[in-house]
Parts: sequence; C-alpha cells; structure tokens
Amino acid sequence: MAQASTQTTTPKVQAPEKNEAGEVAIQLVGVNKWFGEFHVLRDINLAVEKGERIVICGPSGSGKSTLIRCINRLEEHQSGQIIVDGIELTNDLKRIDEVRREVGMVFQHFNLFPHLTVLENCTLAPIWVRKMSKADAETLAMKYLTRVKIPEQAKKYPGQLSGGQQQRVAIARSLCMNPRIMLFDEPTSALDPEMIKEVLEVMVDLAQSGMTMLCVTHEMGFARQVANRVIFMDQGQIVEQNSPLEFFKNPKSERTKLFLSQILH
Amino acid sequence: MTDLSSGQGWVRTKDAERLPPPPNMTGLTGWLLQNLFNSPLNSVFTIVGAAFIAWIVWGIIDWAIIHAVFTGENRDACVAGQQTGAELGACWPYVWAKFHQFVYGFYPFDQRWRVNICFLVGAIALAAMAIPSVPYKKWNAIFLLVIYPLLTFILLTGGNLNLSLSTILGIVGLLLLSALAVPVMAFGVEDGIRRNRLAIALAAVTLAIFLLSLFISMPVINVFGNFVSVSTLLIVVLLLAAAVLSIAHEASSRDISARSALMSWIGACCAVLAVLVLVTADFGLVPVETQQWGGLLVTLVVAVTGIVASLPLGILLALGRRSKMTVVRLFSVIFIEVWRGVPLITVLFMSSIMLPLFLPEGVNFDKLLRALVGTALFTAAYMAENVRGGLQAIPKGQYEAAQALGLSYWKTMNLIILPQALKIAIPSIVNSFISLFKDTTLVLIIGLFDLLGIVKASFADPKWVSPQTASTGFFVAAVMFWVFCFAMSRYSIFMERRLQTGHKRRGI
Repeated sequence: MAQASTQTTTPKVQAPEKNEAGEVAIQLVGVNKWFGEFHVLRDINLAVEKGERIVICGPSGSGKSTLIRCINRLEEHQSGQIIVDGIELTNDLKRIDEVRREVGMVFQHFNLFPHLTVLENCTLAPIWVRKMSKADAETLAMKYLTRVKIPEQAKKYPGQLSGGQQQRVAIARSLCMNPRIMLFDEPTSALDPEMIKEVLEVMVDLAQSGMTMLCVTHEMGFARQVANRVIFMDQGQIVEQNSPLEFFKNPKSERTKLFLSQILH
Repeated sequence: MTDLSSGQGWVRTKDAERLPPPPNMTGLTGWLLQNLFNSPLNSVFTIVGAAFIAWIVWGIIDWAIIHAVFTGENRDACVAGQQTGAELGACWPYVWAKFHQFVYGFYPFDQRWRVNICFLVGAIALAAMAIPSVPYKKWNAIFLLVIYPLLTFILLTGGNLNLSLSTILGIVGLLLLSALAVPVMAFGVEDGIRRNRLAIALAAVTLAIFLLSLFISMPVINVFGNFVSVSTLLIVVLLLAAAVLSIAHEASSRDISARSALMSWIGACCAVLAVLVLVTADFGLVPVETQQWGGLLVTLVVAVTGIVASLPLGILLALGRRSKMTVVRLFSVIFIEVWRGVPLITVLFMSSIMLPLFLPEGVNFDKLLRALVGTALFTAAYMAENVRGGLQAIPKGQYEAAQALGLSYWKTMNLIILPQALKIAIPSIVNSFISLFKDTTLVLIIGLFDLLGIVKASFADPKWVSPQTASTGFFVAAVMFWVFCFAMSRYSIFMERRLQTGHKRRGI
C-alpha cells in the first residue's frame, strides 16, 4: 500500500515522452526491490521502445545491474510491474521462460560453459530450448561466430581464449537464440584495455542492426556513439535521463555532474 | 638505473642470447639431484627410505617365491618344511585348490558357467564403456544399466520368480498411481495438479482405505478363484479410475508436451511389465539360492549394485539438499544425516534383524537383497555429500547464464551444472566407491560370505591346515581387493585428465 501511494505521487517524473511510432519493448512501472532490509531499487519507471539503445550508468552499488537483471528475472522484484515484449513477469515459470527466450544477456564475467567448446556453447540453447536440429543450430552458430569475427575458434574450449574473445563468444551465444532484446551487464569491465575495443566493435555493429539494447557500462565513448538515451542511476533510483549529447554536455543534477567529473578525465 | 637519474636513457641494441639450461637441471642426473639428493639431509632420507623399501620387497619375494611351496595335494606339502626347521613361505597349493571357491563361493559346480557368463559379459561391456574410443556409448550404457542387471539377475538366481498375488497387486497399484504424475509432467506442478483435482482426490481416498485396511480386517470375497479382500478390490478400482482420469485428460489434449508425457508414461509401464514377465518366466535354469553365492561373486554383486545405485541417488539427494523447496530440502538433509550418522554394520544388522520385524507377515526379502539395499542407501548418503561438494564449486554465473538462455532447472542441471560438478567431484566419488568396495567385507556379519569371508572360512578345512595357510589366504584376498581398488583409482585419474577442458590455455 505504501508503494501504491508512492506510485501515484510520482508517476510521471521519470516516464519518457512516448514516441508515436515506437512500440514498447520493455515497460517498468513503479518497480521496487529489496535485498533483505536494503531498498536496492526504488520506484523505477522506464519504458524502452523497440530498437532503442539505452546506456545505464552510475556509481557502483547504484542498482544498475540489479535493474537489468530484473528484466529477465535473474532477480525477483517485490512490487511494481515489469512487462517485457508484452509479457508481464510474475512467478509463473512458463512466462519467465518465454521472456528469457526473447531476451539475451551478456555478463561481466562472460559465464561461458567451460566444459563445452565454443560451438557447443552457442548451439546448446537453440537445440535444447528452441528444439532446433544439431545441424541447423551449428549453421546458425557459425553465422553468429563469423559476425563476432571468431569463426576459427569454434572448436576450442573457452579456457583457451582471451577475455575479449570469450566475451564475443558470449555475445554470439546470446544471439543464437534470436533474441529481440539484448541486455549487457558491464560487458567490458573485466577486460584488459586492449580487448575492450574488439568487444565494443561487435556491440556497435549489433546496435546498428537495430537490436533493442540495454547496456550497463562505463564506456562513455560507446554511449556517445550508439545510445539513444543515457540513464543515470544513483542509490537505487533513476536520477537523470537524456540524449547522450545533452547528458554529457549539460548534466542537470548535481549527482550526475559529480559522477561525470569523476569518470571523464 | 643510475644512468637514468643522470638523464641518460638506455636502449638494448642486441638481443640476449638464448642458452640451454645448465646440465644438472635436465636428464636423469638432474632429476636425481633435484628430487632425491638436493641436500645432505634429503640424501640421508633417500638412502634410508630406499633401504626400507628394499627390505620390505625382499621380505615379500622371499616369502612368496623363494621359500614358498608351489605344488602339493594337501597340507602335507606345506608342513613338510616345518619338520626340517627351514624357513616357511607361502602355501600356494592351498590357493590353487581353493581358488574356485574364492571366486564362486558355494555356487553349484555344474552351474558356474552362469557366473562366468555374467563376469565375461560385464567385463566386455564395462571395458567398451570405459575406453573412450569405442563407439555406441549410449547403447552400451542402456545395456549396462538395464539389460545387464536383468540378465545377471536371471542367470544368477535362475529367474522364474514366484510373485505372490499381493506383490502383483502392489505393483499394479503403484503403476496406476504413477499415472497421476502424467499431468504434472505435462503442465508443471501447479497447473498439473489443478487440472487433475478429481483423480488426486480419488488417490487420497485410496490411501485412506489402504491405511484403514492395515488395522481393520476386511471381508474376503472370491474373484476368479482367488480370495481378495474387499479393501484391495476397492483400492484397485479407485486407482484405476484415478489413472483413467489422469490419462484421459492427456489423450484428449492436442498439446505436444501432454502427448509426450503420456507416451513416456506408457513406455515406463510397458518396461515395468516387461521386466515382470522376464523375471517370472521359466528359462529352465536351476534356481540357485543367494545363500549359496559367495566369494568374489558376492563382493562384486554388492559393490557394483551399491556403486550403480548410489550415484544417481546421491545426485538426487545433493540436488534436493540445495533445493529451494523446503520439504524436499528437509527430506534430503534428514536422509543424509541419518544414514551418515549410523555405522554400516548397524545398517546391515538392522536390515537383517530389525527389518523383518516391521514387514507384514509372509513378506520376506532375500538376505542379500536387504544387504544390497542397505549398502546402496548408506553409500548414497556419502555420495550426496561428495556431489554437493562439486555443486558448491560451480560459480553462480553458470546458473545465471543457463537461466538467461531459457534452460529449465533440469536442463540446467543435466547440461551445465552436473557435468562440471561431477568432474570436480570425481576424486571424492571414486574415494567412496573404493571404500564401498572394501566395506562389502562387512556383509560377513549377517552371514553372507564375500571374498574375505570365504577365504577365512576356508582356513577351517582340515585338509589344508598349516602354519602358512592363513597368511597365504589373506595375502591373496588383499591382492584381489587391491587390484580392483587400484584399477578404479587409476581409471578415475585417467578420466580427470581426459575431462580437463577449462581453466588452462592450450595451443595459443
């Protein structure tokens, strides 16, 4: 009930202006989440249109990762609504599976399956979730491995690849499920500087193909280049959102200014 | 560095030469110097240790070969040396004479070909399974896990089981009851139960009648020449109704998952019925009571059954212990802690003395079967903890990546988590297998003669009583146990190496 009142008092502050043409891919309405006593997400309202590319940034512990992990239900939210591709996330396992099939995710630490080859990593979900034949799945996997520029590594195990290569495999693995939405959870934070570029190139290529993307990252160059919108989070709230141009040129809130001054040197 | 402070940089103009390592680092001398004689103290240890090993090995060779007796018809050959006062060695003629007993126990002479077939088929199938390059692993696994146990059961016991009417009714009842699981398999737990409320209510009534019939004797009526109590009849009819309700729902549904659930249930029922037909069929084999089994045969039967049954059970218990469902978790924890907290001897005593007290009159399990169940459940509790150790080593990210790809719980476990967790747990799993193999010797206390038991029993044969009979017998038993355990150990190390895929960068 307390949440209901907060929803009614501050409903439109953060709601984006609706684009007439755009269809909504993800809608979060008054989402709250707690880790035990800690209120980690506070009254999140966000609508993401199809084909939109959003960069989420903010200091560590601000709830950015938790936010995108709620979108494919790796984390459960306690109040509010999350609607992904027209499906509302509830405790219903079938719906959660439907959403997860449509939403790809790339993790900070890649999370490749070390006991499977690169090719098997990519074909696993198409075969077992999409019920594709092995041959079709392998063709598909090779297509995406070529797209992330590492088809020659298909027979190797993840442990034999560099960090940048592993992250590109992880992107290919997600793409093999033909997701409509891609979530990136700090995809370049665990990489050595010389490998960040190769992963960002793949992400830019993906962005240009019209994929709906939500990306938690501190790569401000990437944000400037591809994002439609930059969202700044602090202490579990969305503090500011704007086009990248405005966001970096004229940050409005004090917290944003402080954050930008710390990360842009 | 001082150059830098004075403002002068330095650039390498010529690459430093690549040189071979100094000679005392490589080759046999290098190895000896590094590992055995790298300090005066270690050199002393090396010499003392080598002398000790030589002393032990010499003692064994002296006893087993140089002073041993190799031929003879009875004890006279082995005691002959005693009179002359010579040093005594092993009494091998005793082993030649008794070796068949060590292997087969008291299994009838003319029927031992049946045991031989089991040994031979098992060894070939297992070898084909264990050697990675042999194809048809899937079919081999089905053969080893389904057909081979059935084959050994029929061959060793003679088959032709005489099932009582109540046993048959019990099996049919359980089969019918299992139909309730079909909607759950097809539509998930919640939806499956919701769609099938009536059948579940019927099953609950059946359960109530069953419990009631345990305390109140029901009138008995004659059905097709058999006397059956009213309660039994009622139970069967109600269960039949419940099963029909559960299945009819699936059969009328066009849903693919419903169809496949129904098909797998029908398949499972057919398999159970086929097994029933096979074990009750008469193949013309002479029945051999398990009382007559013994020696290596019993050791292998107990150990292999324990190993094969305990691994899947242990995996389920380990998953249960980490489950989010409280009831499942509680059950697993209690099961594991109870079985782990009790010595195996107690379990065996309980199974042979206490269990018959609880069972209804007329129901009597074979002694060997009870020992098998006891050891399997006991080992399963240990196995569960081994597997749990492996599960805990898997990072959370693996679960998350699998979930994010849309894999269900069981697929995540089967395809992602268990292959990695079991690989990590191989050393401790094999550790449990080896200790189970040696623990089979405990079945002696409930009157079954395993390898060690039969060796000990043979000491009493007056034909072979000699001062060296016992030591020779124990030596042979020890070597036979060691061969099996060492083979398991080596194979596990081989598998660990073979399955090593991650974490190491190769070929870059």
